Amino acid sequence: MNTSHNCENCPVHHREHLIRLGIAMDRVDYIVALAGNPNTGKSTVFNNLTGLRQHTGNWPGKTVARAEGGFSYREKRYKVVDLPGTYSLLSTSTDEEVARDFILFGRPDVTVIVVDATRLERNLNLTLQILEITDRAVLCLNLMDEARRHGMEIDARTLSRELGIPVIPAAARQKEGMDELIAAIEEVASGTFVCKPHRTTSRSAKINHAVQMLSDKLSRQFPGLPNLNWVALRLLEGDQSIIHALQSGELEKLGAPVEQP
Amino acid sequence: MEDNKEKVGSDAILSLANNLRWDLGVNLHDTVIESIYEDASRIARKAVNKEGDPATYSLEQRIDQLVTSRWLGFPLMFLLLALVFWLTVAGANVPSGLLADLLVDTFHPMLKNAASSLGAPWWLSGVLIDGAYLSMAWVISVMLPPMAIFFPLFTLLEDLGYLPRVAFNMDSLFRKAGAHGKQALTLSMGFGCNAAGVIAARVIDSPRERLIAIITNNFSLCNGRWPTQILIASIFIGGAAPSYLAGVISAGAVVGIAVLGIGFSLAVSWGLSQTVLKGEASAFSLELPPYRPPRIWQALYTSLIDRTVFVLWRAVVFAIPAGIVIWVVANIEINSLSLAGHFIHWANPFALIFGLNGVILLAYIIAIPANEIVIPTVLMLTVVSAGMSGVGEGTGVMFELESVQDTAGILQAGGWTLLTGINLMLFSLLHNPCSTTIYTIYKETKSLKWTAVATFLPIVLGFAVCFFVTQFWRLLAG
Repeated sequence: MNTSHNCENCPVHHREHLIRLGIAMDRVDYIVALAGNPNTGKSTVFNNLTGLRQHTGNWPGKTVARAEGGFSYREKRYKVVDLPGTYSLLSTSTDEEVARDFILFGRPDVTVIVVDATRLERNLNLTLQILEITDRAVLCLNLMDEARRHGMEIDARTLSRELGIPVIPAAARQKEGMDELIAAIEEVASGTFVCKPHRTTSRSAKINHAVQMLSDKLSRQFPGLPNLNWVALRLLEGDQSIIHALQSGELEKLGAPVEQP
Repeated sequence: MEDNKEKVGSDAILSLANNLRWDLGVNLHDTVIESIYEDASRIARKAVNKEGDPATYSLEQRIDQLVTSRWLGFPLMFLLLALVFWLTVAGANVPSGLLADLLVDTFHPMLKNAASSLGAPWWLSGVLIDGAYLSMAWVISVMLPPMAIFFPLFTLLEDLGYLPRVAFNMDSLFRKAGAHGKQALTLSMGFGCNAAGVIAARVIDSPRERLIAIITNNFSLCNGRWPTQILIASIFIGGAAPSYLAGVISAGAVVGIAVLGIGFSLAVSWGLSQTVLKGEASAFSLELPPYRPPRIWQALYTSLIDRTVFVLWRAVVFAIPAGIVIWVVANIEINSLSLAGHFIHWANPFALIFGLNGVILLAYIIAIPANEIVIPTVLMLTVVSAGMSGVGEGTGVMFELESVQDTAGILQAGGWTLLTGINLMLFSLLHNPCSTTIYTIYKETKSLKWTAVATFLPIVLGFAVCFFVTQFWRLLAG
């Protein structure tokens, strides 16, 4: 076995392909959204990817407006959008709305979900909610250095199998795992890795039936609309912003082909 | 037609959703969340091979119990903030002096000489060098060092994870005032610079509470006002006390003014939330993040670029025209009295009702770009209006004196008393924000109305407080 030969073939070791573009973002090939709970090092990941130095304070609401930056990797140009840190996409703070609307209506090519490895269970709540509305995501299992310090062990492969998306262990402050993360973003963006995102199965038959009825109707009204089941479920819950999007015709645009910037 | 059909379709979907919701019962939302939580916990159990060691967590918990404890939380907080201020004030002295030596004492005469050897007319070198250049030089030498110390220290506390604990401690106080708990952070930031504090109010979601935080930020005594407070307190309050107590008493007076500012912040927040900005304090969840070692270089870089340079640049932009105005009012004469002299004579009777004087009012009007240049302007105007000669740098040129005694001499010759000193300290706390902050408030609120409220509310309060203090004083004294 010639390991060095294998390494050369692996895309991860082609660092020279990475060019940080800062805020120069014309002719973008892919849009990458960065989502995650507050205090997970999301902004640090953003800075590592783009070479920018966004201020990274560690409490919720620091990233007030969304920040954007870019990088280029293997001749493709990526625009990275740093979304505000949130605990969920369900309730109605401004931050959560900004994050949800971008993932839903901005239709990023890849959503990178940054999670705190030491608080995995709590962070997975947001992850599962994001996976309900997008098919293409990468999990960045950040703060692995802290997890190791606490003596935690996490099996990234099991996690990846369960979630159906690539899982990259990382320690963004030490720039660990960033090359792997970029490679995974590329694989998902280009379609080399096809995600099979986890969808909740533990709902009652009654709910599933109602969701089914409503999403049938939605699909006739808005052919091509992605995330039918999710939209149906929000309508059943009486989610005001989705009801509004339905009435204003904003929802319809989701079915239309994506405009390339 | 097309549009019409579309609407019917959406309505049909909505009514179907409404009917189905009726069948499913009220707990749907909870059920949905529960199923997500269930899945999350199942997946986490599968993926985590070994749970963390509880000992490392419990250390953090013990620190948290200490810094957020009922009895020690507040004293620790004040101690830390006091330490930050002390480091700022003490650390800024030397570099401020060096910058002033360079920009004011060295470059200014050089520029003047160059101008006269080029044969520039007196008014041109006056406007450009004594006015525009000198006020810019003052602002840079007095503002840059304290900000370059305060903001990195503040950012380090933020990076370390301490500031969310401050918000946690102060939350209940602010909630009682109808404001947001995170206002504690914008308030502390305001001690460094009100413009930065106003920007920091972005962390508050609710527009109502954000406005309250923005309007009341001016009550945090900013860096630019500390030197005024310290100087006036040591001349008038320290001067009135027995000499062995002078230091402690004047320091106490300055801290008292700062605490009074916090009191005003809470009281005005309460007043606003009871009247024009009515509403409940919104609940927010604040996760106390784990303590993390701060990254020193990153903190230095971001606080210098994002905050210090940003604020300083705006101050310089506003200081240049103000410097021109200051020079003009002191040098343009009508009926052999300068414009400044006219204003001071005209304003004196009015100002005396409030225990202030015409010089102070004029200084606060023309030194609006930065609180830092209030004292140099006051000294210059006092000399101009009292017609003293042989002090300072020439007519209408701002200056500062090396010794506190010399400054005291000029002010007392200008008719200042202990009452004037106290009122100046109060007025320095309660007056309009500097033009940098006003502009920032406008940028952040996009509303002329709220910018006007934030500008004039403190002045009205300031006049009211000075008026009552003066009238009481006169009643008691005599």
